[in-house]
Amino acid sequence: MTTTTSLRTSRARITPAHGMKDMLVITRRNLLRVVRMPQLLLFSTVQPVMFLLLFNYVFGGAIAGAQVDNYINFLLPGILVQTMVFGATNTATGLTEDLAAGVIDRFRSLPMARSAVMAGRTLADLVRSTLVNTLMVFVGFLIGFRPEGLPELLLGMLVALLFGYAMSWVFATVGLFAKVPEAAQSASFLIVFPLVFASSVFVPTQSMPGWLQAFAEHQPVSVVANTVRGLVFGGQVLPPGQTIESLLFRSALWIIVILAVFVPIGIRLYRRAVS
Amino acid sequence: MNDSSIIRAEHVSKRFGKDTQALDDVSISIDAGTIYGLLGPNGAGKTTLIRVLATLLKPDAGSAWIAGINVIDDPVTTRTKIGLGGQYAAIDEFLTGRENVEMIGRLYNLLPDVAKENTEEVLAQIRLDDAADRQVGTYSGGMRRRLDLAASLVGKPDVLFLDEPTTGIDPRSRVDIWDLIRDLVSGGTTLLMTTQYLEEADYLADRIGVIDHGRLIEEGTADELKDRIGGTVVEVALPVERRAEAAALLTAISGDEPQLDTNRGVLVIQAPDGSRTLIDVVRRLDEAGIQPNDIEMHKPTLDDVFLTLTGHVAAPSAPNGNGAVTEGTSPADTGPRPPFRRRRR
Repeated sequence: MTTTTSLRTSRARITPAHGMKDMLVITRRNLLRVVRMPQLLLFSTVQPVMFLLLFNYVFGGAIAGAQVDNYINFLLPGILVQTMVFGATNTATGLTEDLAAGVIDRFRSLPMARSAVMAGRTLADLVRSTLVNTLMVFVGFLIGFRPEGLPELLLGMLVALLFGYAMSWVFATVGLFAKVPEAAQSASFLIVFPLVFASSVFVPTQSMPGWLQAFAEHQPVSVVANTVRGLVFGGQVLPPGQTIESLLFRSALWIIVILAVFVPIGIRLYRRAVS
Repeated sequence: MNDSSIIRAEHVSKRFGKDTQALDDVSISIDAGTIYGLLGPNGAGKTTLIRVLATLLKPDAGSAWIAGINVIDDPVTTRTKIGLGGQYAAIDEFLTGRENVEMIGRLYNLLPDVAKENTEEVLAQIRLDDAADRQVGTYSGGMRRRLDLAASLVGKPDVLFLDEPTTGIDPRSRVDIWDLIRDLVSGGTTLLMTTQYLEEADYLADRIGVIDHGRLIEEGTADELKDRIGGTVVEVALPVERRAEAAALLTAISGDEPQLDTNRGVLVIQAPDGSRTLIDVVRRLDEAGIQPNDIEMHKPTLDDVFLTLTGHVAAPSAPNGNGAVTEGTSPADTGPRPPFRRRRR
């Protein structure tokens, strides 16, 4: 029927094309789940929009003028990255829900790539995040966000999405450690909050105490948020001493390092969790 | 072991943690095109054996082959030959019945057209009709089981594993599912199923293996097994002080010493003549002036099988239509042995 028909001495392997097909089948299944649960889609979209409005109107007045000229233009690139990180935590809960439901057992009895369950999950979460980010940009427009141009904006969104994809693998690992959906969610927040709030997402890091500033400036969320800002508005909006080129390089490095570490760990933990 | 076997396990053992020997040196051989029923209570090791054969679990020791392929060395090829269904193989609530089955077909690496074709074929077989395009979340328990069967067959596997296919289903739908299973595998698929119901194994299986504490303790056709266990039984509950006296009477009736089910304190004898035996028992007890607390006649249940084969009742166990199962009691073979012989041929 499939793969090889050779005799018992050889050990069949899944080809990359086969694995890719499996990944797309699982991605489609996960996206269908999103579409069939409109409440989930609605609330996971409303929440980041609410963040955007709250931060813009609550903190905007205090921060604008003092440290940045136009807060919505400062905030929106940051909040795109924040939304990606929050959205990536869905990978942890989704994966643990599948494990609890027993669907995974059937998947594992099928001649499919083992990595497809994880890869399909993270890819579906990426598609959803793309939708949410596009919506955020539209809402941003309504309240005064004005990027330099469309290509710059799209490039910035792409960097945010790639970073979000890498973070999905971090949270896949967290989910597999936590094992149950509730624990996965709590564990995810432990990682999300310091990364998102001790960063340049909502405010420039210059006003933070020295030790915190050292962390905030170098941690990946700030690096990516600054990169998106630089791409969308040009080098003059960046903190002193930072250039678009160096930020792009550091963002790429973070994304590659995160994927290189968490993809193998995630797949390994997945295999262990299900056997 | 013979050459016509399509499922073969040799000396398979699996231990969980320190104390749980889930499988203890199990060897089994199942002929192509037959139905094999693995009978045992919860925790006996049935599911573990299925999980090993379905490549979900690596055994600590032993080997297994499906259609000549080594399950442990080559799980990927093994998976092209098998289908898995039953109580633990969940289906997706948010997809429709058709989407569920087609997705599984695609994951069997069928081409899109073939997956569609096979999906239509198995959906027609399980008679879901217009419900096929509804989300599974709206299905009844019986419909889910039928869809689960369709999903496990969409890849046209040589070997089908069904783990307790009717557990938790009302008795009326159970017979429907049995007939459906029979139809579905009549095309030459080999079926290995687990069950807690003797009746189910009897109805479906060509051969039955009885499993207890991870060991395969008895094997044979349903008829052979029934010969060993006997058919209909009469159970008599008595005041303790009259038990020995009654046991003598019962021996005279059945020609064999009665067994004592220590959990429920009842004496059990075979009733080869059905109600005739029951009337005999009632008459003789009455003549001797012994008033039983309770008396009943029934077909053998899983409990009777275990009482006969192992000397203890199946525990822990699930509710059973005959109501003859004692919940949550420990096996009775740890206490002092009753003065009655264990029946064994």
